Parts: sequence; structure tokens; C-alpha cells
Amino acid sequence: MTLQNPIKLSADVGGTFTDIVLERDGVRWTTKVLTTPAAPEQGVLTGIHAALQQAGIALSAVDTFVHGTTLATNAIIERRGAKTALIATDGFRDTLEIGTESRYDQYELALARPKPLVPRPLRFTVRERIDARGDILLPLDEADVRNVVTALRAADVQSVAVAFIHGYANDVHERRCQAILHDIAPDLHVSLSSAVCPEIREYERTSTTVTNAYIQPLIESYLLRMERRLQADGFRGVLCLMTSGGGLTSVDVARRFPVRLVESGPAGGAVFAAQIAARLGERKVLAFDMGGTTAKISLIEDYRSETVRLFEVDRAARFLRGSGLPVRIPVIEMVEIGAGGGSLARLDGLKRVTVGPESASSVPGPACYGLGGTRPAVTDADLVMGLIDPNDFAGGSITLHPDQARTALSAEVGDALGFSADMAAYAVYEMVCENMASAARVHTVERGVTASQHTMIAFGGAAPLHVARVAEKIGVQRVIVPPNAGVGSAIGFLAAPISYELVRTTYMRLGSFDHAIATGLLEDMANEVRGWVEPAAHGAELLEHRVAYMRYIGQGHEIAVELPLRPLGPADDAVLREQYERDYVTLFKRVIPNAAVEIMAWSVRITTATELPDVASAPASSRAPEASGTTAVFDGRSGQTIQVPRYRREQLVPGARFPGPAIVAEDETATFITAAFDAWIDGIGAIVMERKELAA
Amino acid sequence: MSISLIDKQIMWNRLLALVEEQAQVLQRTAFSTIVRESGDLAAGVFDAQGRMLAQAVTGTPGHINSMALAVGHVIAKHPTHTMKPGDVFIHNDPWIGTGHTNDFSVTTPCFRGTEFVGILACNCHLMDIGGSRNMTGSLDVFMEGLFLPILRIVEAGVVNETLMSVIRANTRLPVETEGDTYALISCNEIGCERLTQMMDEFGLDDLDELSDHIIDTSKAAMLEKIRELPRGTWSASLTLDGQDGEPVELRAALTVSDDGINVDYTGSSKMVRHNFNVPLCYTLAYTTYGLGCILARDIPNNAGSLEPRTVTAEEGSILHATKPAAVVQRHLIGLMLPDLIFGCLRQAIPDRVPAEGAGVLWNISGFGPRHSPAVMGDDFLVNIVTTGGMGALPSQDGLSATGFPSGVRGGPVEIFESMSTLVFWRKQYREESGGPGTTRGGLGQHIELGNSLPEAFNCTTSYERVLHPARGFFEGHAGAPGYVGLASGKVLPGKARHFVPKNDRIVILSPGGGGLGNPRKRDAALVRQDVENQLVSAATARDVYGVDLEDRAAAAE
Repeated sequence: MTLQNPIKLSADVGGTFTDIVLERDGVRWTTKVLTTPAAPEQGVLTGIHAALQQAGIALSAVDTFVHGTTLATNAIIERRGAKTALIATDGFRDTLEIGTESRYDQYELALARPKPLVPRPLRFTVRERIDARGDILLPLDEADVRNVVTALRAADVQSVAVAFIHGYANDVHERRCQAILHDIAPDLHVSLSSAVCPEIREYERTSTTVTNAYIQPLIESYLLRMERRLQADGFRGVLCLMTSGGGLTSVDVARRFPVRLVESGPAGGAVFAAQIAARLGERKVLAFDMGGTTAKISLIEDYRSETVRLFEVDRAARFLRGSGLPVRIPVIEMVEIGAGGGSLARLDGLKRVTVGPESASSVPGPACYGLGGTRPAVTDADLVMGLIDPNDFAGGSITLHPDQARTALSAEVGDALGFSADMAAYAVYEMVCENMASAARVHTVERGVTASQHTMIAFGGAAPLHVARVAEKIGVQRVIVPPNAGVGSAIGFLAAPISYELVRTTYMRLGSFDHAIATGLLEDMANEVRGWVEPAAHGAELLEHRVAYMRYIGQGHEIAVELPLRPLGPADDAVLREQYERDYVTLFKRVIPNAAVEIMAWSVRITTATELPDVASAPASSRAPEASGTTAVFDGRSGQTIQVPRYRREQLVPGARFPGPAIVAEDETATFITAAFDAWIDGIGAIVMERKELAA
Repeated sequence: MSISLIDKQIMWNRLLALVEEQAQVLQRTAFSTIVRESGDLAAGVFDAQGRMLAQAVTGTPGHINSMALAVGHVIAKHPTHTMKPGDVFIHNDPWIGTGHTNDFSVTTPCFRGTEFVGILACNCHLMDIGGSRNMTGSLDVFMEGLFLPILRIVEAGVVNETLMSVIRANTRLPVETEGDTYALISCNEIGCERLTQMMDEFGLDDLDELSDHIIDTSKAAMLEKIRELPRGTWSASLTLDGQDGEPVELRAALTVSDDGINVDYTGSSKMVRHNFNVPLCYTLAYTTYGLGCILARDIPNNAGSLEPRTVTAEEGSILHATKPAAVVQRHLIGLMLPDLIFGCLRQAIPDRVPAEGAGVLWNISGFGPRHSPAVMGDDFLVNIVTTGGMGALPSQDGLSATGFPSGVRGGPVEIFESMSTLVFWRKQYREESGGPGTTRGGLGQHIELGNSLPEAFNCTTSYERVLHPARGFFEGHAGAPGYVGLASGKVLPGKARHFVPKNDRIVILSPGGGGLGNPRKRDAALVRQDVENQLVSAATARDVYGVDLEDRAAAAE
């Protein structure tokens, strides 16, 4: 049974704001309330009731409530999780801390590393050993386990991660360990590596399991409180949680595997961008999300985001790969750099203008907020250049002070270079756009595609101000700024499918491929995944994807090869090789003849269908709209101030067409259309910019 | 035409992004595992005079400065006016490239239309270039595989098939090696495309004004850093284990003057009969890197920032080895140079320099039969990167189990075991191995490796710091020396191919880093934390650090 015209509600709990979106029959109501960190359900409920009141809908009439939260991420970053212990194989007490043995910054000797979630005194080991093939080399010493429990009790531990070497290949010791723990200490939360992350590579698996254990008690109690409050207020629908991989999951799964909730906000943003792409029929998209502290760039091809299997939380050096705690979960692939409205500008030792990653955050904020900030942020540069109206920022709720922005820009950037405040602002603006353009180029190169052949979709508060210039720099021809871009993640939640993905390492070599074992493994995995998805799907049609991660023997990188949805037979050995080589050629141009191929891991993903909107028809062309005024904008290239027409977004009707340069203001932000683009408003109210030479 | 200051800065950033993109392309398309996993590659952009403007920051420091100079060798052999659009040059001469034949270097002149505007260069490590299979066994460079002088691999857009077939015929992995050669060529192509795009966007006809800006600014910044140092000459020496009971002595005299820093290695050991002789370009790379870590970590590498750092070494010494010396393991000596340079700098700026650390990587290579009883020819050969501890820093303890100066990633035990029949029975911190001091040296690792089959196996190691531990300074103690032996008791040498008998295990203890400052001045809270973490014993806390934990416990009662 599928619901006809269901009423849907979503909440995205961010660090500062909680966004609520309510949807019925294609109509949306949105609210933004302050997050209440001590008890986030408080803010969520306040926001929900405000939105329901606007719409005149009762909570009891709501069919689904989709919830995404940064609670898990923040608990890790702020080290507010449970007192957690690790039980590992004898001889491997320090796997969690030894990590990859490498340095993420070639020139920094005094490297900071994130503190492990479990300190050495709480890392216990027991005698047992399983080999790479899953055979037992040394049976589990149960007396060792019982001794550990005594120590756990003494140390007042709440949550335990069990991660044995090759636990993914055979979970018998981990399960036995869990049974003993359950017998003696039934109140302990237990996370097994064979359940949380049954994949090869002991450091990443242990880290993922420990992270899961660390946040489990906190998330469980939060979800329990949330469910109770919702029920008390009359909610009778289905509660789902947004996961990092872009799919929704049930409360049960979230309770067992809370690590999958990390990074759910950005995943919602990616789903939002994919929906917009489908609406506009854009098959190659670069999603560009620029907020207060960071910019995120991800690729969306054929309305789908790529997922990867590794993510880092709590990077000690912001944005430096390798400086965080690895978690191996399905996560939407994106690059994130320290470039947002609050990113601070300064001169480096070579007097080069540098922007970010340090951020002004909300207190004191950029200098122009007049709250005591003396260092210039990107927002200060936007303001001084004339892109933001000081009297109409955030719907007029904050009055901005251009004089304080100018002072800060001169003091920190302009004076030492002999630049005016205007020129300093332009320099900061250009540099932050350059940084984002570079990130986009490198990210697309990593994925083997060309940035300039994509359309950019911009959302997040700061993106519309900068996207046109970034697009110019990477040669993008078309830019889209959708409506409601400020609450994009929460809107994305509403469109996300229910899904669950399980990846399991089981080694197999083509040529001696055992189709019976492979089929059995895939069936078991599919049954497990179906068990997680079905309760939340409520009878909706389920789609299954099976993938083998394969590589040439000895190579470092595996590629995902799609498997047929049927029992595998003896002939599939050759079929898999053929399929692998076809995919390999696509990625790397040529195959390695006669080289042996191995399968490292298998994945099963089951999902409900993603509802993609139909392509909206383009509106008929209409007359050029009336500008509401002009704004003086400083152009650093010519050193001149130019008069730029200014429009109010709500006054622009579909079909309206106007040339750049132009500024389109709305309550939450403003869109800057540079002279290189023409703009028009499409059928869903999105601002579409097209490069002038093509628009003619 | 004069370019505005902000445009110069933007374009400088663009060039830095360009070389990172070049490196990404190479890392993504190369076949070689070490390139993909560890980033053993280099990429750079040069102006029309062959001055390096930007170099990608990649996995290993072995290409710093050496690549900057390698392009000069190509231009000397093939002057730029003889280069045509579509030409690409290749070589793997250790003395003008990267120090051994395992790296191919590719140099591409970049044309905007018909106008020669600059040069792109890159190199990467190949999986096999022929020569001896025994990594510890070569006696001269001719045993180390194919040797290519500077040749055109592509001439005016047409691949030189004769040369390509020579390359294919001289490697055990022809498909991969040819693939890597194409990856290098396309890496430079991308760089050239981006360079000309940038010139179009900013309306530049040549790079001269931009180059001058980048080079002058960087050189001035580097000199400013150098001029903050006291003037003078400081000397240091380092004794290394060497091989077969023949130690290697390294000496350095570091001179700071107004125009730069020179490191003079006169007095170091002569070339050796083993294969860790170092061509001067590689000596320069690790010297530049060692100085850069301490003095100039924020200044990007380019012709301007590199110029004030110079090296002197006697021809025929181990740090200026001449053809035909065997050089394939030149990293065993090269990676120890930062510790030697720190020995000089420590006397000038004691509060900025760490104590000595483990230095070379403690990699383990295992070889044995896949089955028991063994089947002739059905063997495995596996490698894993492991490390020791870094030296204590003035501000904090040295990092434990961390590679320095090479930043290559360590390998997972589970992957190693899945490719062999070997079993790690232990791989964790080696307690008590960090050199005591006010700040403590990083810890090494305690590793035990056996076979799950009832068969003997071989294990190859190339280690330093077994006979000569990482020294501590200013009353800080040395880190624990490294150790290799059998579980049954026999002590083994650090550099050899070892035989591990059936049912025995090999025990490998990687060295700890040295300490800095008197251990008795260490913060007692940190000592207690170390004891609580079982990294330091209560006895050491009492006897070496002067912190008696029992006293305190008694007092608390």
C-alpha cells in the first residue's frame, strides 16, 4: 500500500538552526528555529508546531516525519559520548591509535591528531585469533573476556566495542564475546565490528565500531525521548532518520547503527540538488553548497549522487585528509573546504591574500555584524563590494555596518598591500572564489570528469553571491539558483528513499570463483538488508542492487561492478571478468591483459524507489522585469564602480529575462549575476544563468 | 602590460592548484601501487627559462628540488628553441632525476598556439624496471634495470614506438610500465592545457612577469626566514648501522649567511659496495626538505624559495655517489639526512628542532610457499609499511609509530595476511621505547610475525637504528634501539634476508624516538599519564623521571 497524497514533515537539526519543512499536495511550509543543544527535541517540536499552525494541519494527520541531525557528529567533536571501552585481539591494543602511521601534513612536525575515543587504559585485549580465511587459529579465551568485564565494571564503562582481527571473515568470537558480556553485564551497550562494519582493514573497522559504541547510548536516549514527545503530541505516523548515504532508515536501525547518522545534513542537500536537477532535466550537475563556514561540492550525474565508503569525523587540521577519525559507512561523496560567509581573510607570510579555514562563527561574527569582530570575513567583502544591502540582510533582522567591514578589510588586508578597502574586498572575494573553483576542478578530476561540462546548482546562504564567479573560473556555462535554497537539506529529506546498504568483505579470486558460496553470501546479505528496510518501507516497492568490489591482484583501488539479481552460476566467472574489464576501461582507458582479478568485498543495497519530479516545462518568454533600483558595485578588474540593477526575487515571475550584471535580493540571501551571464526565471521559480555567448 | 598584484596572487594560486590537479591525474591513472596508495610521484610547472613555479605536495619529499633541477638537464641537452609542439622527453637517469632507475621522469614543453610558453614535468615510481630481483643485492647501477638517457618519447605528437618497445622489452610488467608512461604523458598534457587556459583568461602572452613575481616574493620570504637565524657554521655527525658490520659516517657543516644556507657534507663516508649510495640530486632533496620543515613550512617550493638552500658534497662520497655506483636503496641514507641537519640547526635554534627519530621506514617483506607441503613456484611475496617513533619536539612528545621524513601510509595487517599465509601475532606500541626527556620520544612498535602453515618463510628487512639508536638531546635520553630476532632467541642483523624456521616467529621491535631535555623536569602529570597508559613503567617513572607513584598513592590514602 502506498499513501495517497501523504503529509510529510522533515527536520534538519543543525549546529545553530533547526529547519522544518511541511509538505502537503506539493505545497510547502517552512520554519527556522534556534537549535536547543541540551535537548534538541525541544527545538524540533517548537518548529514543528509553528509549521503545523501555519498550515492549519494537526500533528496526528502527518504521515511521515523525516529527521536528520548533527547530534551524532557534534557528540564526537565535543567528546560528549559515553564512557566507552574496546575489546580487541591480544597483540592489537593500539590499532585504534597507530592508525595509518602517516602524517597528513608533509611539513608540520608538531602534528595534532584527534584524541582516540577510547584511551589506552580502556583498550583491553583477549586471547583469540582468526585468520584471513575465517579459520580459527586460537580459540577465544573466555576467562579473559570475563576478566575484562570485571575491569569494565570497575571503570564504570557504559558502552563497549568488540573488534577482533579478521572479525569480518568470521564473527563467532565476537558473538561469543557479546553473549558473555550480555550474561554478566546486560546493561552494557555492545557494538560488534562484524555487525557495524564487516569489512577488511582493521584500523577503519575498529574506528567505525568504536565510534558507533561511543554515540550509541546518547542517540538511543535521544530517539526514545523524541518518540515519546511525538506520541504525546498525537503523532501517529512513521518516524524515519536521514543517513549519511542519502537514504532514510528506521528508528530501530538508527539505534543499532547510529554511526550511519553522521553527516546526514549534507546528504539531504545532495538529495535536494538531485531533485532540482531532475525537475530541470539537468543530467550533469555540480552541486555547490556554501554556508557559514564551509563550501561543499559534489557531483550529481543522471540525478544520482555517488556514495563512497569512507568518511572522516573531527579532523584535527580542518579539511586535511587523514587528520580525522575514519568511519567506514556509505556517505555521499563530496569535497568540503573552509570557504563560507564567515571565513576569515588575512595575509600570509608572503603577503598573499588568504581566506579560511578559520571562521568568525556566529559570535562575534563578521566585522560588519558590529558585535566586536575586528577581522574581515567573506561576508564583509561581499558587503563592501556592494553585493549585500546593509539595510536588508536576513530579512532586515540584523543591521550591518559597512564602515566596520571597511576598517577590518583595510587593517588586515588592504594597508600592507597598498589597497583601498574596496580593492581589499575585491581581493578577498576573488580569492575565495578561486579556492572554490580549484576545489571543484580537483574533485572532478578525481572522479574522472570535466567540471566545465556540468551545470552548477547553488544552495546554502552564501552560494548565490559567489556561484557565478566560480562558474566563470571553471568554465561552467549554466548556473541554477533554486528557490528555498536556504532550507535545501530539510527539503531533500522529504524526497529521500528508504534504503540500507551492507558491505561485506569475502575474498574470492576470478578463475577459482565459487558461485555457490557467492550466491549464498549475497542471499544472506539481502535477507539481512531486507530485514532492516521492510519495516520502514510499509509495503512500498523495493529495488535491490548488488555490487562486487573488484581489482587486479595487488592493485590498491577497487572498482564497483554491478551484479545480476539472480543466483550466480559457473558461467558467471567469465561474465564478471568481462563486466569488470568494461568498467575498468571506462575509468582507466585500457585493461591489463592476463592479469588476475580478485573480489575484495560485496555489497547489497535495498531501497524504495526515488520519486523524481517530472521535468518542468519552460515558461513562455516575457518582458524584461522592472529593476527595483541600482546598486554601486566595485569591480576590481577595472578599478571602477559600476551601477548594477537590483531586483527583488519575489517580484520576478517565471519567464522574466534580464542580462548580467544584476543582483537579485531575497530575505535570506542575494544572487549576484556577473556580466558574463544572462539570467531568466524558470517554471519552478529558479534563477537560471547562462553564459552570454551561448544565450544569444 | 603590467599585471595587477591581486591577479598575480590569483594566478599563483591557480598554478599551485594546477600542479595538484596534475598530481591527481597521475595518481588516478597510474598502474603502480605505490603511486596510487602512497603518492610516490611529483609534478611541477616551469616557465620558459626552466624556472620552477610550483610543485605538487605529494607523498614523499624525495622529489623536492631534484625535479626543479632535472628540467635544467633536459634543457641543457635539448635547448628550448629545438623543442617542437607535441614533443615529450623521458629519462630515468638516477643522477639527473630522482636517484634511482625505478622512477620515470617526463618533461613536456608547453605551447600556446605555436608560441613556447613553459614546461610541465612529472615523475612516478614504476612497479618494475628490470634488473635484479633481490633488493639488497645489486652491486652497480647496471644491475638495477633499464637505464634511459634523455630521449624523445613523443616527437611532434607521434609516439616513438621504437623507444616504447625497448621499454616494454626491459620490464617484467610491460603493460603496467607502458601504462604508467602514458599516464605521465597525459599528466603533463592536462597541466599544459590548464596553463594556456589561465593565460587566455588573464590575457597573458608570456609568464615572465608572473614568474618574476612568484620567484622574487618566495626568495625574499625565504631569505627573511634565514636572516632571522643567527649567523655562523654548525657541525654535526651521524653514525649509521650500514651493512655487514661496516657503519656509515655522515658529517655536515651548516652555514647560515646573508644569502642563504649551505650544507657541506665533506668528511662523510666514501661510496660503499652496497646499494644505498646517494646521487647528489637526492641528497639535495632531503637536505632541502629537512631545512624546509624547520624554517619554511609555509613557503611553497619553487625556484625562488629553493635557491637559497645549497648543498656541497665530495664527489665519490656516499652523498655524492658517481656512476656506476649501486643506488637503488638510496633512501636508506637519504631519509636520515633531516636528523643530521637537525643536529646542526639544534645548536643555532635549540627551541625549534626535534630530537632524532627512527628515520627510515621499518617495512617488512615476506616470502614463502602458499601451500604445505610447498609447491615449487607457488609462492607469495608481500610487503607492509611499518614505522618507528619520531623524535621529541620542544613543544610536545614525538609521535609514536609515525613515518618521518617519508610520509607514506602504513599497511593494514589484514590485507597483508589476506595475500599470504603469514600471521601477525602482535603489532602494537612497544612500551618503554620512547626516549625519556622533558618531552618524550615517540614509541616504536612490537611486532611478531609467524606462519599459519607448518613451513619456513623468508623475511627481508632494511633497517637503521639497530646499532645506533635515535639520540636524545639536552639531557634527554636516546630512544630504544631497533631489534630483529627469532622468537626462539637468535639475534638477526637489521639489513638482510632472514630465514624463519618452521614453527618459529620473527620478532621486530622498531626504534623509539629520542627525548629532549632532562626527564626529571617532565611535568609529573604527564609522567603519571604515561604510566596509566602503560607506555612507561612505574619503575622508569621513579628511577628516570623521579616521579614516585606509590608515594603519591600512599599520600592520598
